[in-house]
Amino acid sequence: MRIPCPFCGTRDSQEFTYLGQAGLKRPDPSAPNAQAAFHDYVHIRKNPAGPNSELWLHAYGCRSWIVVERNTLTHDILGADYASPVMKEAAQ
Amino acid sequence: MKYSVLSLIHQAFRGHRDWKPVWRYPEPKEEYDIVLIGGGGHGLATAYYLAKEHGLKNIAVIEKGYLGGGSVGRNTTIVRSNYQEPGNIPFYEWSLKLWEGLEQDFNYNAMMSQRGVLNLYHSDSQRDEYARRGNAMMMHGVDCTLLDKKGVQDLVPFLDFENARFPIQGGLLQERGGTARHDAVAWGFARGADSRGVDILQNTEATQIRVENGRAVGVETSRGYIKAKKIGIVAAGNTTRIAQTAGLQLPIESYVLQAFVSEAIKPLIPSVVTFGAGHFYISQSDKGGLVFGASLDGYSSYAARGNLPSVEDTIEEAMAIMPSISRVKLLRHWGGIMDMSMDGSPIIDKTGVDGLYINCGWCYGGFKATPGSGWCFAHLIAKDETHPNAKALRLDRFKTGHVIDEAGTGAQPNLH
Ligand SMILES: Cc1cc2nc3c(=O)[nH]c(=O)nc-3n(C[C@H](O)[C@H](O)[C@H](O)COP(=O)(O)OP(=O)(O)OC[C@H]3O[C@@H](n4cnc5c(N)ncnc54)[C@H](O)[C@@H]3O)c2cc1C
Ligand SMILES: [Zn+2]
Repeated sequence: MRIPCPFCGTRDSQEFTYLGQAGLKRPDPSAPNAQAAFHDYVHIRKNPAGPNSELWLHAYGCRSWIVVERNTLTHDILGADYASPVMKEAAQ
Repeated sequence: MKYSVLSLIHQAFRGHRDWKPVWRYPEPKEEYDIVLIGGGGHGLATAYYLAKEHGLKNIAVIEKGYLGGGSVGRNTTIVRSNYQEPGNIPFYEWSLKLWEGLEQDFNYNAMMSQRGVLNLYHSDSQRDEYARRGNAMMMHGVDCTLLDKKGVQDLVPFLDFENARFPIQGGLLQERGGTARHDAVAWGFARGADSRGVDILQNTEATQIRVENGRAVGVETSRGYIKAKKIGIVAAGNTTRIAQTAGLQLPIESYVLQAFVSEAIKPLIPSVVTFGAGHFYISQSDKGGLVFGASLDGYSSYAARGNLPSVEDTIEEAMAIMPSISRVKLLRHWGGIMDMSMDGSPIIDKTGVDGLYINCGWCYGGFKATPGSGWCFAHLIAKDETHPNAKALRLDRFKTGHVIDEAGTGAQPNLH
């Protein structure tokens, strides 16, 4: 697999580490349903068979967090972008 | 037909012409009392014990591919019970006990070989950790021996003991651990289930679990709708896909794990050996091939084939303990999909949907669990109550905080 880092260009996947599903929203710890919400946030994942939106760190490159669209059935990389807009949106 | 030395001699004189197929290819019935989704080791073992131990008859196992085509036929066949967390030890030890009587029980040669599982340690602190694990095991009545360097040298003298980075200081040996013939395990359970009336429906994919008023009532399949009073999901790497059709959100992610086999060489490795400074395990099959593997490819996947970085990593680990095999040729490698749970331990439980039961989260270690998992899942489905040896393997432990995290890596499934 090669991943198109938006800063460095296309690089071998070995330069990256994988975190998992992108766009998870950290729940409000003071909300009444905080316990259930944190359970889902920490433990529950979509785990789709097909296109997946996921967080990768370009650890041996520019050290940016990026969001990669990747097909989990074929390992095709469908696109990659900086993570910050996606994470900011999720945090709204 | 019961297999025995006599039946073998008898067939030998007839040129082996009269062996019969060992399971049927039935048409699906309209309705079953119990439908199990997934004809891997665990699904077949569950069906076998439902029929044999609980006397239940009207059961189907539906399998989207061919029998034994999933991870049960792709794993590196290591069987052991050297766990240290309270909920895991009784379960895996019970499973190992079942392995010890399995071939007699289902009258099939699964080539169970208790050749020992040796985990190497490479530092003082790792020795202490292994001693702790060994003590936890012994307190639960599980055998093990902590070996020093000399002890390991007597057993496997060909390792690189003086490796500059990872010198081998000793190991924790579980003598009762070993390997089994993975396909034969699937076939043995399939034959035992089929002969007791279980319908094994191959090439039948479950596409949707039908739920009415909070109760699972049937399964849509590629060969039509099948009604069921009870449904068990035993789909290993594909668990979440089918569970989601019943509205379940699970603490599971699917990853690919690769395995490797070399050309056959003369007998060299007497036991299973694992490398403690990384994650690598190796044994030798009866045909002579070296069978080995390492860690997951680190990203979620349903592809059942991995990428080259993991291949390279695996080979490097092999070289770190056994440079003597550097010129042995690799024959094949392949991948299988693993249902990685968020704490690295399995789940055998009810689901909150009436009549729907789940068995998943086997991670790297589900082969050794095959008989124990089938036994406990059958108990749960037949009696509607959890088997005592599986009482910690609950689905709600992630909510209550009673996670069973052997590796201590937290909710990061690719690190377990
Ligand atoms: C490379 C590799 C090495 C391993 N090494 C070891 C080891 O050394 N020791 C150990 O203990 N464990 C090991 N494992 C883990 C072990 O193989 C698995 O945990 C175990 O086999 C999973 O249970 P199973 O046999 O029921 O799974 P599988 O054989 O995968 O069975 C699941 C079945 O469900 C079917 N299915 C899925 N979805 C559907 C559907 N919708 N409809 C119908 N059918 C469906 C699949 O086709 C499959 O046949 C290894 C796994 C791999 C891949
Ligand atoms: Zn970069």
